[in-house]
Amino acid sequence: MKFAYYPGCSLETSGKEYDLSTRAVSKHLGIELTEVPDWSCCGATAGHSTSHLLALALPARNLALAEETGLDVTAPCAACYQRLALACHELNQNPQLREKVNEITGRPFHGKIKVISILEVISSVGLEQIRAQVVKPLKGLKIAAYYGCLLVRPRAIQIDDPENPQIIEQIMQAAGADTVDWPHKTECCGASLAVSNEEVAIPMVSRILKAAAFSGANCLVCACPLCHFNLDMRQLKVNRLRGTNYHLPVFYFTQLLGVAMGLNPQDLSLHTHFVDTGQVLKLVG
Amino acid sequence: METIRLNESEDRDFIERVSRESGQAVENCYQCGKCTAGCPVAFAYDLMPHQVMRMIQMGLKEEVLRCQSIWLCASCVTCTVRCPRKIDVAMVMDTLRIMARRKGMVPPGRGRNVAVFNNNFLGSIQKYGRLFEFATMAMFNLKTGQPFREANTGLTMLRRGKLKLSVTKPRGLEEINRIFEKVRQAEKEV
Repeated sequence: MKFAYYPGCSLETSGKEYDLSTRAVSKHLGIELTEVPDWSCCGATAGHSTSHLLALALPARNLALAEETGLDVTAPCAACYQRLALACHELNQNPQLREKVNEITGRPFHGKIKVISILEVISSVGLEQIRAQVVKPLKGLKIAAYYGCLLVRPRAIQIDDPENPQIIEQIMQAAGADTVDWPHKTECCGASLAVSNEEVAIPMVSRILKAAAFSGANCLVCACPLCHFNLDMRQLKVNRLRGTNYHLPVFYFTQLLGVAMGLNPQDLSLHTHFVDTGQVLKLVG
Repeated sequence: METIRLNESEDRDFIERVSRESGQAVENCYQCGKCTAGCPVAFAYDLMPHQVMRMIQMGLKEEVLRCQSIWLCASCVTCTVRCPRKIDVAMVMDTLRIMARRKGMVPPGRGRNVAVFNNNFLGSIQKYGRLFEFATMAMFNLKTGQPFREANTGLTMLRRGKLKLSVTKPRGLEEINRIFEKVRQAEKEV
């Protein structure tokens, strides 16, 4: 399996664990990733909050660059995935708009490739195949799978059910982990407000941590660098401000899959989180 | 909430303009309140999503465009997927933000920092082609008068290799600049 790979800006910095673990796990599973040459930012929330046309043109340049590789493109970051997939959908629906946007980018996108999230890419290997690669089953881990918003909404690009998605649970179960049923898996964590209005984001993070802890999970598993940073970094702050004592490491699903497949911990960047992951990883042995 | 005098403040074109720009049939909203019930940021809003929809229907342009809610909407799209009238409420919120910005309105209260953040973010893309996290955060801190905000977090990130003091620029920087320019041009022509 070959895909064009769009890492996105945060995977070079605050979300580097996701980039490293995605590359390591993909390689191990025989998925060949070719980085989209000369990719630029997708515009994220700031883009679509400011201009509809800009919110199409910024991803469209990257879609065109990916198309030049002749491969379907995958984006691990949920925000990049949503922006690229929505632009692709809208440009395919409306040829006139596509022409206008192509004129703006100067790089024609013809709509010949698909945008696929890394969750779909990895699950397309097959759960049996994933199970066959597991050398260190994640026994003892009780996982709250957290999807957030961008992977499951809106309908045109959702990778799974917007109210009760299962794809992370399936992959984690194949890796030997237990998953909990909990009500907040698609509740927004407020990451887009985390910098500008932290006092609004804190209660949102707090609600999610509370629900995860109540369900008996000993860690959270996500597939979005914005959710990750918000839930991991702000957990310490929630504890300080609200007198709670949550200690829920937040993993990327690719990190735990890598652990289960016996990959080198260095390649998974397991010790660069704000909430210490050591205690929980000890459960795996 | 202040009294709304419909005969004085209504702008009958407003619903039509919002509908056209968002591509949404705003008139179909029948005020079930499901958008508000599921909205994770509603606790911080001045106007609830269903109120925003109703006020667009009533042509209360100024009131809607100067509310904080349109800036605090986290774009999580829960309202959209749950709307029984198939209205993309999140898209309507986007459209209102864009309209308010175009009119040069300064977002009130908590909305202000959202606009500062968005402008910084896009400024970074135009300048570097990618988000330069460190510079964007530093600039946000300066512009909002809190120079040491998250300084400890930044130091921790730096130590763990999660904060870079430079950014990898794509070669096609001119292309990206042209995109910004051409979008500006195209929007002027409308």
